[in-house]
Amino acid sequence: MKKVFAKLKKDKVPFFAFCVLFALYFLILFADFFALYPSSYSNRKMAYQPPNNIYIITPENKLSKPYTYNYIKSFNKDSFSIEYKQDRSKKYYIKFLSKGFEYKLFGLFKTNIHFLSVDKECNFHLLGTDINGCDVFSRLFYGGQISLTIGFLALLISFPIGAIYGGISGYLGGKTDKVLMRIAEGIMSVPSFYLLIILASILPSGMTSLQRFALITAILALIGWAGFSRVIRGMVLSIKNQDYVKAIETIGASKKRIILKHILPQTSSYVIIAITLSVPSYILAESGLSFLGLGIQLPDASWGNMLKEAQEFANILYRPWLLTPGFLIFIAVLSFNVLGDKIRDILDPKTIK
Amino acid sequence: MSTWVYILKRIASSIPILFIVSLISFFLIRLSPVDPLAQLKLNPAISQETIQSETKRLGLDKPVIVQYALWMKNFIKGDMGYCTDNTKVSTKIKSRILNTLLLSFCVIFFSWIIAIPLGVLAAVYYNSWFDKFLTVISSVGMAIPSFFFAILMLLFAQKTGWFPIGGLTSVDFSEMNFISKIFDIAHHLILPVFVLTTISLCSLARQMRANLLDVLNSEYVKYAYAKGLSKKKVIIKHALRNAINPIITLLGFEFAGLLSGAALTEFVFQYPGLGKLILEAVMQSDINLVMASLMIGAIMLIVGNLISDILLKLTDPRVRV
Repeated sequence: MKKVFAKLKKDKVPFFAFCVLFALYFLILFADFFALYPSSYSNRKMAYQPPNNIYIITPENKLSKPYTYNYIKSFNKDSFSIEYKQDRSKKYYIKFLSKGFEYKLFGLFKTNIHFLSVDKECNFHLLGTDINGCDVFSRLFYGGQISLTIGFLALLISFPIGAIYGGISGYLGGKTDKVLMRIAEGIMSVPSFYLLIILASILPSGMTSLQRFALITAILALIGWAGFSRVIRGMVLSIKNQDYVKAIETIGASKKRIILKHILPQTSSYVIIAITLSVPSYILAESGLSFLGLGIQLPDASWGNMLKEAQEFANILYRPWLLTPGFLIFIAVLSFNVLGDKIRDILDPKTIK
Repeated sequence: MSTWVYILKRIASSIPILFIVSLISFFLIRLSPVDPLAQLKLNPAISQETIQSETKRLGLDKPVIVQYALWMKNFIKGDMGYCTDNTKVSTKIKSRILNTLLLSFCVIFFSWIIAIPLGVLAAVYYNSWFDKFLTVISSVGMAIPSFFFAILMLLFAQKTGWFPIGGLTSVDFSEMNFISKIFDIAHHLILPVFVLTTISLCSLARQMRANLLDVLNSEYVKYAYAKGLSKKKVIIKHALRNAINPIITLLGFEFAGLLSGAALTEFVFQYPGLGKLILEAVMQSDINLVMASLMIGAIMLIVGNLISDILLKLTDPRVRV
């Protein structure tokens, strides 16, 4: 592992991707600290408020502490639309590391220190608000907590299943192999996204958000294991004919022990590569599902369901700040891809140096 | 002759897979707590007789195994029942299949035409600026969520007004003559094809580059060079032919990815394809439609894999069943 990291450090681009991912996970770990409003916050009177601009130069052309203006909502009777105007009468200074809403860090320590905050009277939305008047900036952090972890959680389910399934199929061979592989092929033959939306749609509606999160994770996992198990089976087929496996068989080890302790560990470098390369596809699947309204649902945030607002054309045209989660998905997926490619190059002996 | 035997064997081996798929799509939906006729019963436009005939057709009063057998029998006969809006599932699906196939073929055609030369160039000029540029661009292309890309493209269409926003045909489509009809469809196809092509192109070009690099390092290519052949001849005649085989295998997978990836793109562009149909069916919990389109999607995928395997057999005589 140290070796991999040392090699990773040498190449600038993958190392940068690694740093980006580290930063993203750091931010979502301390989501409450960085967020401006609690996750349940919504102010329906301030729906679709544009982002607050931050100024560091006063109208008198002097440098000052960063400050912002409040937005005032008004109804324009001529164009029949709601307009937001800056209230230039009062400056609100932005405070760093000061008191805001109360939260529990890691669910344990009660505190109310925040990275950024302003006076309570100011509606401070760095990236505007959505249709429910939720703060987009804060929800990016809460959404990231779901979007960036669900992939890993799904992998934790699907990879062991796939590995054991492929291991059994490859090691036992014969009829078991045929039946098991036909089933896996059957699952692979259903277009995965179709299966995904159908599974998600038959989830009962009256669930808590935690249950829903768990079930969506399970569904994502259910889709991914089949293809993975086929590759593992192929590797097991070649490993099982090696002399050391024959030796263990002669000693009389049980089949379970041979598969779990002696054959599957041999596939570990492939598994590491496959994991880093398949996290992005899980992130994309979750965001796609939530985008359609079948995944994580309101009031919970995920980058996918935040993008749901972009389904409305008026939003893309006049409220571009609602598109920010899309860029975050893009950055996360890109970093994972770049990192995964590099890790494959390092671990795979076949690649050209 | 052996090619035909291979094809027959290959078709035979996809029958058990079809059977398993049908089991999956049937039990998945039947096990869900939704009454398959709930939507039909709610619709006042649908007569009591239709509901009764549906109950009978689906065998809802009989055990699950019998229901499955009945459903399968009807499906093979082409009778897939009625949608919630009282149209036949089969007629609805037919037009959608054509649209999805049209989209998929365009995407596969363009991504192959563009990706293979790009991959070849990147491999031939390994480590050059072009190679690095392609690596960067392709990782960027692979990282954009398809629906987000589609949204951005819609924004582009709106701002420039060069392309229609969504759909497959214009409002006055039925009044056009044949040629302008074709132009109209092509005009509507550009953006969805562009979005999907960009996404599949990136991984394809990378794959092509990796394969060709592998082949270029092999002994027989060195031998061909040693024989004194020109670089062009070695690459086109010897290396490329072998490097392209794994790509042909990918064709089947790509088709699968297209069916899945297209669902979201179709949704954003309001393109009347199978993906959008299944989404609508799922949202309205239209059980007959969901089961049928899931089955059709799987069949298309299996046929896609079949075609790519047959193509592989034609290009690579070493392949055996």
